[in-house]
Amino acid sequence: MSRRDDTHLRSDTLEPGTTEPSFKKAGPVGSLIAFLRNIWRQLTSMRIALMLLFLLALASLPGALLPQWNLNQAKTAQYILDHPGLGPVLNRLGFFEVFASPWYAAIYLLLFISLIGCLVPRSWEFVGQIRSKPVATPRNLARLPHHDQLELVDERSPKQIADDVQRGLRGWRSTQREEDSGTITVSAEKGYWREVGNLVFHVSLLGILGAVAVGKMVGFEGSAIVIAGQDSAGICSGSPAAYDNFRPGLLVDGTNMAGFCLKVDQFEANYTQAGIATDFIAHLSYTAEPGSATKTYDLQVNEPLRLDGERVYLIGHGFSPIFKVTFPNGEVRTYEQPFNVTDGNLTAEGAIKVVSPPGYTGEDIYQHQLAIVGIFAPTASMAHGDLMTSSFPAPDNPGVAIQIYRGDLGLQNGSQSVFGIDQKQVDSGKLEKLNRKNLMVGESMVVDGDGTVVQFVGFNQTVSIQTSYDPAQGYALFFAITMLIGLMMSLTIKRRRVWFRVIPGSSSSTAAGSNTAGNTTAGNQSRTVVQVGGLARTDQAGYGEEFTSLVALATVSPAVPKFSGRPR
Amino acid sequence: MAIDTSLATISDQLFGAAAAGYTVALICAAVEFSSARTRKANVEERELVSAGVFTSDGTSSGRPIVPTAQSIGHVTAPEKAPWGERFGHIALIVTVLGFLVHVGSIVTRGMAAGRMPLGNMYEFTSLICATVVGAWLFVKLRQKSLPIGVFVMVPVIILMYIAGAILHTEAAELQPALNSYWKWIHVTTVSLSSGILMFSGIASVLYLARNRYERKGATGKFGAKLPELATLDRIAYRTAILGFPLFTFAVITGALWAEVAWGRYWGWDPKEICAFVTWVLYAGYLHARATAGWRGPKAAWVSVVGLVSIVFNLFFINIVIAGLHSYAGLN
Repeated sequence: MSRRDDTHLRSDTLEPGTTEPSFKKAGPVGSLIAFLRNIWRQLTSMRIALMLLFLLALASLPGALLPQWNLNQAKTAQYILDHPGLGPVLNRLGFFEVFASPWYAAIYLLLFISLIGCLVPRSWEFVGQIRSKPVATPRNLARLPHHDQLELVDERSPKQIADDVQRGLRGWRSTQREEDSGTITVSAEKGYWREVGNLVFHVSLLGILGAVAVGKMVGFEGSAIVIAGQDSAGICSGSPAAYDNFRPGLLVDGTNMAGFCLKVDQFEANYTQAGIATDFIAHLSYTAEPGSATKTYDLQVNEPLRLDGERVYLIGHGFSPIFKVTFPNGEVRTYEQPFNVTDGNLTAEGAIKVVSPPGYTGEDIYQHQLAIVGIFAPTASMAHGDLMTSSFPAPDNPGVAIQIYRGDLGLQNGSQSVFGIDQKQVDSGKLEKLNRKNLMVGESMVVDGDGTVVQFVGFNQTVSIQTSYDPAQGYALFFAITMLIGLMMSLTIKRRRVWFRVIPGSSSSTAAGSNTAGNTTAGNQSRTVVQVGGLARTDQAGYGEEFTSLVALATVSPAVPKFSGRPR
Repeated sequence: MAIDTSLATISDQLFGAAAAGYTVALICAAVEFSSARTRKANVEERELVSAGVFTSDGTSSGRPIVPTAQSIGHVTAPEKAPWGERFGHIALIVTVLGFLVHVGSIVTRGMAAGRMPLGNMYEFTSLICATVVGAWLFVKLRQKSLPIGVFVMVPVIILMYIAGAILHTEAAELQPALNSYWKWIHVTTVSLSSGILMFSGIASVLYLARNRYERKGATGKFGAKLPELATLDRIAYRTAILGFPLFTFAVITGALWAEVAWGRYWGWDPKEICAFVTWVLYAGYLHARATAGWRGPKAAWVSVVGLVSIVFNLFFINIVIAGLHSYAGLN
């Protein structure tokens, strides 16, 4: 009897390297083929698959334990700075982007190749099993884990007994075979759906991988901060430039993006007394595509706006303070800039950069650029004297604490954060630190030196939105569901085999399989020996009770069965 | 909705009562275990199955006799160990009472906050503990002779202590991000499957202890009192095949929720990574258990690593590593 694993796809019959026709073809080609075939056999073996599986788990861990570029750039950069020895090495090895690293891809690709390598033969084998009859009855049923023998005193002929047994095996695939001297065997097997489930589960895994891959190829994510208010511009999708941050899939070139436009008319946030938010609602008006009618939508956390393919999410919110700057030449300009939220009470940091101050030209500009750097607190309260923080997330008492700089902002030296100034410019003396002040709405300050006046006139709420596009996510869900169904089928359905050998005549010595002689008793009644053997192909659990009832099938007939003792 | 503080207080008191009940059960179960009859190291368990289930009594009755070892590891009451058994009964009764009180605590907590009681780590841990105890009671009531309650109650009490003393937060409303019907499906199934898999992991730990005893006799009397390998393996496997699909379902609902809340169904957030690792480990366990050369202790080790990964995911990821799943209410 062949013993093989049925819970998983591999055969891994206990000894590796069975009788394969050895390659006679000598020379480099032959040995190369032999080598490749050997590699293939190793790769598709269960042991290697298990190793790869555990390796996959192990390789995933750095993704959870180390900061990752795709999740938190600032934290990752800081980590590398904090670990000058190990950080750059790990970075080069891809430990800060584990799920995009070549070694991680190598593991899962090998695993999936290995999976395909045994999924295909296993499927063929299963098709073969479905088409063929249940396996022939083993000679010696007494060797099976479950076995029994009955001696029936019965009017039924062996054929009738076999028929009754077969009729009783509802839900089993069964067949009758004839052996020598009128002996009839019944082979039966059930639980084929387990294998179906098994195959569905593994094919679904491939499907999920495919769906994820397609998503990574053609999908994208873009995020942007949108200022709320009737007269704010909103954003129009349609090109990556519309977003502050755009993460394209590998095949995304920025063309053919849906051209929706949206505006945040009003943003609403409600809090409990303790400052815990209860809801956030961004009242949107949008057009799904150029020229279509304007619609409205209440964008909320957990309730994205689903357009054709693209989805818009409410990710966060904050504030953009508005300043009125009166320059020495009398010109008045208004500046507004979203600040970056830093704590739960929405204290926000940011900088307003006056890049081209009026009244100056040429190199003079780089003497008189202004930066208003500081924090915005929706509910300003003073800690330690005049240090401003926010004590509540709602804008009940908005205030700013600002520090003024004048000089060269250094923007021509390359990109810098929109939320701060380049500290190097300050250190080198090109940007001069002037006075600072806390301002409530309407208050103003005079900047040291040239009499520029900075007034804090108010603020707007801002909303961070994210656009996501992944055309394959429906397929991922589909395969996830089939995977779960397959998994449950393959774990709950039990595969069982049972064999009956109905031997005519009677016999008192019961060496199984050696019953031939028949000394029939007087009358019409004959002593018929029925040997039963059962094999649980997956899990022994529970087969004991079931087997007892299977054995009883041989005794059940339209007539009341009589059966005598089982000799031993 | 307003928070019903008096009901919340009742819930906290019930939680404390449940923890006290479990502690009493722990002590009684410890006595039960220490006075349990030792079981000799057994021969190959497979032989036990095939030989033990259907032995004939030698008479000519001809019927397959009542299985003598239907539940492997069943021990007929020893004549002179009434104390252990009595304590075992007390342990069982107190565990059942504690479990009922515990369920009461969870229900009143939910009523107090006017929502499902799964809004923070305290509530989440409480439900996991209740699930572990529930899984244990389910097994114990079907197989009364298993004196391993002490090994279930120890981790449960530790978790209860952590939940009550460190993670405990006052009943409160939910932040908007958690306010989704997916939450109930996702978090309920996560806690139930974690509880079941943790119980499965405990059985595997005991399997390894017993295996060590059978190999070397190293753990002496302790190992001798544990149930047979086949019993422990069966408990671990059966609970795993219940917990694993449930866990898979929980991860899928998590992905569905993530699509609604964060704009992608999977983003390798630390919690997601750890769930993935756990999933891979349990998939590995089920495969290992059916692979030549990996059955037995090796598979049990995989299951134990899976247990570690669940506990790690539950506590370390939430408390130490800030990801998107930072709802612990601790920071």
